Amino acid sequence: MNSQSHAQHHVLPLRTYVMVTVGLLVLTAITVGISYMDFGVFNLLVAMAVAVAKAALVALYFMHLKYDNKIYLVVFLVALVTLGVLIFLTLADTMTRGDIDQEERGPINRRAAMYQQDTTAVPAAAMHMTEGQTNDTTASEDTSHAP
Amino acid sequence: MSTQSAEHPKHLLHHFSTSQQQAESAKLGMWVFLLTEILLFGGLFLAYTVYRSWHPDMFYNAHLFLDRELGSLNTVVLILSSLTMALAIRSMQLGNRKRTIRMLVFTLALAAVFLVVKYFEYSHKIDLGQLPGKLYTFQGIEGDNPHVFFSVYFLMTGLHGIHVVAGMLTIGWVLWRTVRNDFSSEYYTPIEMTGLYWHLVDLVWIFLFPLFYLIG
Repeated sequence: MNSQSHAQHHVLPLRTYVMVTVGLLVLTAITVGISYMDFGVFNLLVAMAVAVAKAALVALYFMHLKYDNKIYLVVFLVALVTLGVLIFLTLADTMTRGDIDQEERGPINRRAAMYQQDTTAVPAAAMHMTEGQTNDTTASEDTSHAP
Repeated sequence: MSTQSAEHPKHLLHHFSTSQQQAESAKLGMWVFLLTEILLFGGLFLAYTVYRSWHPDMFYNAHLFLDRELGSLNTVVLILSSLTMALAIRSMQLGNRKRTIRMLVFTLALAAVFLVVKYFEYSHKIDLGQLPGKLYTFQGIEGDNPHVFFSVYFLMTGLHGIHVVAGMLTIGWVLWRTVRNDFSSEYYTPIEMTGLYWHLVDLVWIFLFPLFYLIG
């Protein structure tokens, strides 16, 4: 793609597109089929491996990353690596909370309709934590020190 | 190259020296935009990951209320629409304007099918009260905080749905320009950029589908 005499655009043969599509459909069938079986944690691993394979097919062939100037591939990978760092560092926090100091978990949004119907719950005790917040705080780790 | 410098093509803006330079600049800009899109969805994928790691059993129980068949159908629909989009670009590369128009119309139709299926899924969940946050009223999912699953579900599929609509508008725009005879085998950058955007929408769905419909 870098050659200066590149007047004609790179046109992939029709066959390539059709084969990639067939590959994507087969991978979809595989991942749906496996979801009906129970392999424990391997279900997630297989599902993600298939999704990555499908994404690679779309990115390399449909989005032409395989044939284009590699600078576009670099931009794409920068996004993925950044996202990977974001997820890794966040999980390093959220997955290890309570490892050192004991913590108690409470329900997230005590004002949600489902909690209002539960008459045994005592919203008054929890109210001071959500005071002034009309919406879901989304803080699942919001520790409630029950008396 | 030689013909371009001899005669300045209509589509070539004055601050580019060649059509190729212009096309590659456009593509780089598009990829940087797609990078921001990946990070936009990435934040939601992160939220999904954190909540699922906190409530694995609830996520499993809640996902049973999603329709696997409809999800699979939409996956196939989006894959086929990616194919027709790629073929629309290929047809224009070969100078076949009629076929480009046909392929863009197919792509639009498949995108519409996707949204119709999504509409049925959404209205079913709204009827049952499987809604985000405090709107959640459904009883019958075991585990902590099932409304969180539907918060994440509606946020992610909703943002994706908005992207499908935006994609349809963009495809409609390049379709109109193709009909107007703006493009040729020499210049079809807007169709190509629309294609990249549309494939990204497909890419996001490729991950949404197993993460929501196919847990365990």
